[in-house]
Amino acid sequence: MHTIKHQKARSLYPTFERKAPGADVSHYCPGCGHGTVHNLIAEAIDDLGIQDRTIFCSPVGCSVFGYYYFDTGNIQCAHGRAPAVASAIRRTHEEAIVISYQGDGDLAGIGMSQIVHAANRGENITVFFINNAIYGMTGGQMAPTTILGQKTVTTPDGRHAENEGFPIGMVEIINSLQAPVFIERVSLAGAKKVMKARMAIRKALRNQVEKKGFSFVEILSPCPVNWKMTAVEARRWLENNLEPVFPVGNLRDLPKGPFDKVDKKKDSRMSDRKILEILGVNEEEVHAGTVQLQEEQNVKIAGFGGQGVLSTGILLANCAIAEGLKTTWLPSYGAEMRGGTANASINISHETIGSPIVSYPNVLMVMNLPSLDAFEDKVRPGGAIYVNSSLATRKVRRADVTAYHIPASDMANDLGTIQSASVILLTVYALVSGAITIETLKKVIPLSIKRKNLVDLNMQAIEAGVTWHRDNCPKP
Amino acid sequence: MSLEEKNFIEVNPKRCKGCAACIVACPNGCIEIGSEINQMGYQFARFAVRKCIACGMCFYTCPEFGAITVYQKPRKGA
Ligand SMILES: Cc1ncc(C[n+]2csc(CCOP(=O)(O)OP(=O)(O)O)c2C)c(N)n1
Ligand code: SF4
Ligand code: SF4
Ligand code: SF4
Repeated sequence: MHTIKHQKARSLYPTFERKAPGADVSHYCPGCGHGTVHNLIAEAIDDLGIQDRTIFCSPVGCSVFGYYYFDTGNIQCAHGRAPAVASAIRRTHEEAIVISYQGDGDLAGIGMSQIVHAANRGENITVFFINNAIYGMTGGQMAPTTILGQKTVTTPDGRHAENEGFPIGMVEIINSLQAPVFIERVSLAGAKKVMKARMAIRKALRNQVEKKGFSFVEILSPCPVNWKMTAVEARRWLENNLEPVFPVGNLRDLPKGPFDKVDKKKDSRMSDRKILEILGVNEEEVHAGTVQLQEEQNVKIAGFGGQGVLSTGILLANCAIAEGLKTTWLPSYGAEMRGGTANASINISHETIGSPIVSYPNVLMVMNLPSLDAFEDKVRPGGAIYVNSSLATRKVRRADVTAYHIPASDMANDLGTIQSASVILLTVYALVSGAITIETLKKVIPLSIKRKNLVDLNMQAIEAGVTWHRDNCPKP
Repeated sequence: MSLEEKNFIEVNPKRCKGCAACIVACPNGCIEIGSEINQMGYQFARFAVRKCIACGMCFYTCPEFGAITVYQKPRKGA
């Protein structure tokens, strides 16, 4: 019986459903180096047994669709920011294996500062830097790593040092820093070199598993299409032209980083209590911890920019934290800070919250008519809608939700600040839902509002809300 | 020695983009580009000469996912 010696890695999806139903080929051009590196990384993930805890941070560039292929955790990062995203994951998920996968435009161009600082901090992450000496995705513009004389769309008669500077050697830059443990440049120019690349990729990942610190692998990789060559010619060109400028080889392979990342982080990590102390919050005072939610609260607060929609959202989320609940707050606003529309999504739960997005709220607070029009139909049956009836002049049309029409802007105006209208809505919501208590609301407001007279006005707004609720909401 | 006792590779015609990187990679000239054209419009690679040593060079060089699978012959006595 024959045995399978080499086959597609398990860490790649069997079919690439995110690309297209049933798809089983990559989106890469024929002969592109990205696919080769994907295969090598996936094999290493398989062999190290880390598929379940790997998070693949893909860049902007041709490899933007890393999540089509890697059956791991995936985050597609803003251009050049993958090392910052990876650092954040590193510090919040101790057991995660974090990969930052980046092209040369991404890493050495727009993201130069991110990579240098992540390396300098010695984050225990693994960076795979695909250097194809060109911007592939956007059609062949000069990259920081384009070599002198190389013709690109933006250097039609070749890169000239006096005009565009010299090609940047990234491993050399990273090697000037103290913190990294592993730095190597490899090439995909030929099969033997691919095997060396394979070893470097495995080592760089193993280092992370062993919590050694920052590992950086630069991979010289063909881009046949933008180099305007066949895949075979591109590999030859790479060997003859890129390798002399970017010598391959290992620059650093330390048995251990300059500091023990794991223990060090533990020691220097601030306790929750300490953070509250710095923020001037008395933990005992705010941690009520008595609220029992009937169901998870998926709240949408919407209105004009400047109506306090976003800050009311933060206030609600802070109250939920003070109640000892889990919460998220996600703002969304147009380019105009005032006058435009804005909304905040807030989730409140006893359980860990998976996504901060609220597409179908069970609680909607609307400050104006356009927001009521925009979100009324999204509310889940059985949900509640709190309407600022001073500005949203029509009634809620849905019969399968509970509607509260509160003349909040008029009430706030009577108090002397129209800004606190959203706090009145929030107060009524608090009383109806029981998700946060009025006591907590009153304790948290002074923590998030610094100006004393505004604190007083908001306290009065809460009272106004309590009164409205007493007069308009019959006791069950 | 029968053919059953030799190493070989399989190229999945649906997944191959005919870039020929594997052909250059193979130390024993086992692979060639065929004349047939697949659904994507590429002339795909095929295993041609059976001197395969199952080294995996073609497999690791190939940029596609699962285009090449390498099979090892049965071990003697197994
Ligand atoms: C903030 C931002 N600026 C510019 C772009 C346009 N853009 C998309 S990909 C890219 C360069 C990609 O080149 P590289 O990182 O070398 O990756 P490759 O495509 O060659 O793999 C640029 C500039 C963008 N998407 N976002
Ligand atoms: S443009 Fe270049 S880097 Fe992008 S997929 Fe094509 S060959 Fe690969
Ligand atoms: S496994 Fe090695 S010998 Fe066999 S076809 Fe591939 S490259 Fe050639
Ligand atoms: S390297 Fe892969 S895609 Fe390219 S010809 Fe060979 S099998 Fe086909």
